[in-house]
Amino acid sequence: MSKYLIQGATGEWEVVIGLEVHAQVTSNAKLFSGASTEFGAEPNAQVSLIDAAMPGMLPVPNAECIRQAVRTGMAIEAQINKYSRFDRKNYFYADLPQGYQISQLYHPIVGEGQLVLDADEKGGILEEKVIGIERIHVEQDAGKLMHDQHPTMSYVDLNRCGVALMEIVSKPDMRSPAEAGAYVRKLRSILRYVGTCDGNMEEGSMRADVNVSVRKPGEEFGTRTETKNVNSVRFVMQVIEHEANRQVDLIEGGGTVVQETRLFDVASGTTRSMRSKEDAHDYRYFPDPDLLPVELEDDFLEECRASLPELPDAKRARYEIELGLTPYNARELTAEVETFARFETLLTEAAGTIGKPEAKLATPVANWALSVAPGVIKSIGDEASVEHATAARQAAILKMQDAGEISGGQAKEIFEIVLKTGREPDEIADSEGLKQVSDTGAIETAIDEILANNSDKVEEYRGGKDKLFGFFVGQTMKAMQGKANPAVVNQILKDKLG
Amino acid sequence: MADFTDLGVKDIRDGVASGEFTAREVAESFNAAVADAAVLNAFIVTTPEHALAAAEKVDADRAAGKQLGKMAGVPIGMKDLFATHGVQTTAASHILEGFKPEYESTVSSNLWAAGAGMLGKLNLDQFAMGSSNETSYFGNVNSPWRKEGSNAAMSPGGSSGGSSSAVASRIAPAATGTDTGGSIRQPAAFAGICGIKPTYGRCSRWGVVAFASSLDQAGPMARSVEDCAIMLEAMAGFDPKDSTSLQMDVPTWEAGLSADLKGKKVGIAKEYRMDGTDEAILKSWEQGKEWLRDAGAEIVDISLPHTKYALPAYYIIAPAEASSNLARYDGVRYGLRDLPEGAGLQDMYAATRAAGFGDEVKRRILIGTYVLSAGFYDAYYNQAQKVRALVARDFEHAWAECDVILAPTTPTASFPLGSLNEDPLTMYLNDVFAVPASLAGLPAMSVPAALTEDGLPLGLQLVGKPFDEQGVLNAGLAIQQRAGFTAKPEKWW
Repeated sequence: MSKYLIQGATGEWEVVIGLEVHAQVTSNAKLFSGASTEFGAEPNAQVSLIDAAMPGMLPVPNAECIRQAVRTGMAIEAQINKYSRFDRKNYFYADLPQGYQISQLYHPIVGEGQLVLDADEKGGILEEKVIGIERIHVEQDAGKLMHDQHPTMSYVDLNRCGVALMEIVSKPDMRSPAEAGAYVRKLRSILRYVGTCDGNMEEGSMRADVNVSVRKPGEEFGTRTETKNVNSVRFVMQVIEHEANRQVDLIEGGGTVVQETRLFDVASGTTRSMRSKEDAHDYRYFPDPDLLPVELEDDFLEECRASLPELPDAKRARYEIELGLTPYNARELTAEVETFARFETLLTEAAGTIGKPEAKLATPVANWALSVAPGVIKSIGDEASVEHATAARQAAILKMQDAGEISGGQAKEIFEIVLKTGREPDEIADSEGLKQVSDTGAIETAIDEILANNSDKVEEYRGGKDKLFGFFVGQTMKAMQGKANPAVVNQILKDKLG
Repeated sequence: MADFTDLGVKDIRDGVASGEFTAREVAESFNAAVADAAVLNAFIVTTPEHALAAAEKVDADRAAGKQLGKMAGVPIGMKDLFATHGVQTTAASHILEGFKPEYESTVSSNLWAAGAGMLGKLNLDQFAMGSSNETSYFGNVNSPWRKEGSNAAMSPGGSSGGSSSAVASRIAPAATGTDTGGSIRQPAAFAGICGIKPTYGRCSRWGVVAFASSLDQAGPMARSVEDCAIMLEAMAGFDPKDSTSLQMDVPTWEAGLSADLKGKKVGIAKEYRMDGTDEAILKSWEQGKEWLRDAGAEIVDISLPHTKYALPAYYIIAPAEASSNLARYDGVRYGLRDLPEGAGLQDMYAATRAAGFGDEVKRRILIGTYVLSAGFYDAYYNQAQKVRALVARDFEHAWAECDVILAPTTPTASFPLGSLNEDPLTMYLNDVFAVPASLAGLPAMSVPAALTEDGLPLGLQLVGKPFDEQGVLNAGLAIQQRAGFTAKPEKWW
């Protein structure tokens, strides 16, 4: 795959992309009020006097939200500003009771950082790429207008109003929809690793403003448009695709791109103008006089740093170096919190059960976790009860396989029964006859009979036709109804055939 | 029925505590005086039942031998900028007419907890914007004072004009005020009473309708320095609900009162000698120096070089904050909503705010919006903030040379209602001496000093170091003792 360029009538165009990701901070209470942040409550059930901007109400910063923003900054290796401040962004709208959003324009809490996109040829990322992050600031979310409740009136739900958001602003460093998609996925992964945002895009916990411009390679940046509130990775990529092509067509048709805010229409996959720069708001930012500057102490910063878990890049490197996993497996396992958590739990359990070091078992456990187990679960669909698949049961299966007591196929069969019934793997293997026969006597008897019945083939083999070895293995396994330990079969056959 | 209306806070508290009279008798007496003084228009709503209920509680507590609070048995007026649970709270604006909060401001809660009762909600300049109490939607407040030989209605000052009028006319022994740029001190001076604005952050702003958040500060207005000390103790205190609240214990100001100023230095700033200041004011300032010297203080000359820039800076910063603070009055959730037939959201905002806000409020919202606008922000708002820092630094330098500063409170005595309405700039000049201490967040007090030749009160202002309310109160006490200000307005209402 080559570099992402748009082929226009006048030549090739490069796309320049910057993203502003709004991530809802994981915290029990809102940024400046004690109201709950839980998703899905009845409209206006989670609104304090402060959120409703009653006369004389004052904001008090929620220290947990500040801590989460700092931890996020540390996770992207950013500069943490020990001095930051809240500003008011003034505008009128019915979902904004105060008439201003408390945000951070002049002194954000987190400064420059970066995020590494891993090489992923299949995903359109040819080589590892570092995307700069300009800043992270903390701000209040607005409420929600509901236009479908009354024929002529709009209703307002303030549950979300005042919930803490982190606005994570990238530099204009991305050059393709694939890079933007990978950036959002990687950012989401990091946020979920550190537990500062649940990354749930359907519930609106994460959404992106997508800045797109086009230019002839090597020229100055073009005029950008900003498409607001895009709420899935796929849509982010669609917006870029559409916007870049629209801009190229526009310019090549003799027009000019105007700096404006646009909206994404999911149904058509296109964007349309919301407002242009001329009628853009004058937000009249100024420092919020109700709030003191945020000054961070060294102790607090140390505590934040100490609380960070192992992050995706470090974990991936450790999986490759210490556990000897393939780069593919390491990347797959570390992409999501749930995936690595399941893997690490199973690996620990398996090491304990089998009595071998984790590094020795990492590859079979990784294969099991990434491919075998999901395959079985998928194949039986609704009949699978995943809660039956405890780490202990999976480790028991892996132990039997490691000891050569069961084959790979038998492991799958046993796991299928575990998923359907919750029975114990050892018991299943015994009672269902799902064990390999390693009893050399039984295997020898079978082999003797096969060799006697096929003396011609034995002669041919001994005459140099090596390929026939497979035939004998097959015949033996057939005679043993597939339950013979292949290693034992191989050994005996070799001995007997000389 | 005995008349208790000449009694102040300390007299009432001590009399109730000693059993000389009951809190109920006191409350009834003031309730009657309030009802009798409707023509002053000092109250927007009266709450005699609240005053009685609080008094009965105090009497019952006393009978039960319980410890009584700092304000036990004292009925007070509450400026209608403080949210009071279930009692209409308007900021004297049509836009909040009929609004009854589901919450109680921290300051009023503190006062009720200390045993005070509420006579009613006091009139004020709309959203505390004004210096004459003529911008209230609920009508002008009359001062009880009149010029000798004239029946012209006089201004009680503003914005806490209902408070000053009520306390001066003895229909309340004390009242709360708020001071953004002189709104406690100037009306106190006009009405011949005391009023102190404490250090910014002493009194919680939680539940006080905001005008300019970085300047707004509540304080007591009463007829003596002692009464102010008692009431301020009850009002002040750290409040975790206000991020700008001071995390400091409340000193025992009443117990610490002393008029002995030996070893203290009183600063006189040459920059406060301004053009347009009345001769009578300058004379009382000179007199004040003598009194403080007599109390043992040394008088020293100081310089506050940026004084002349303070008022212009104030009239940028305060409107800027106000333009944002008042955005919440939009007709969506509470208060007035003007929704013309077929109107959309923007039309509703425009109609509601046009109908709900008075002219002075609109003027300040427009000024504030302008100075924060793109392209003007640096030239106005940022510049004003720099000036504010310089004004504060002037004071910091001054504290190396003196402990407290003596200045006039206002450049003139009270003026007739209606006389300055066409001239907002002259009106703004009323606060020229008050504003510097507001910008610097310093404690400052006005105490009555004298009457003009035509019988109107004049006040002297004391400005102290941060957190040194005690020094301000003590200097105030020294003046009070020597001024012997006993004049009271003749009852005409």
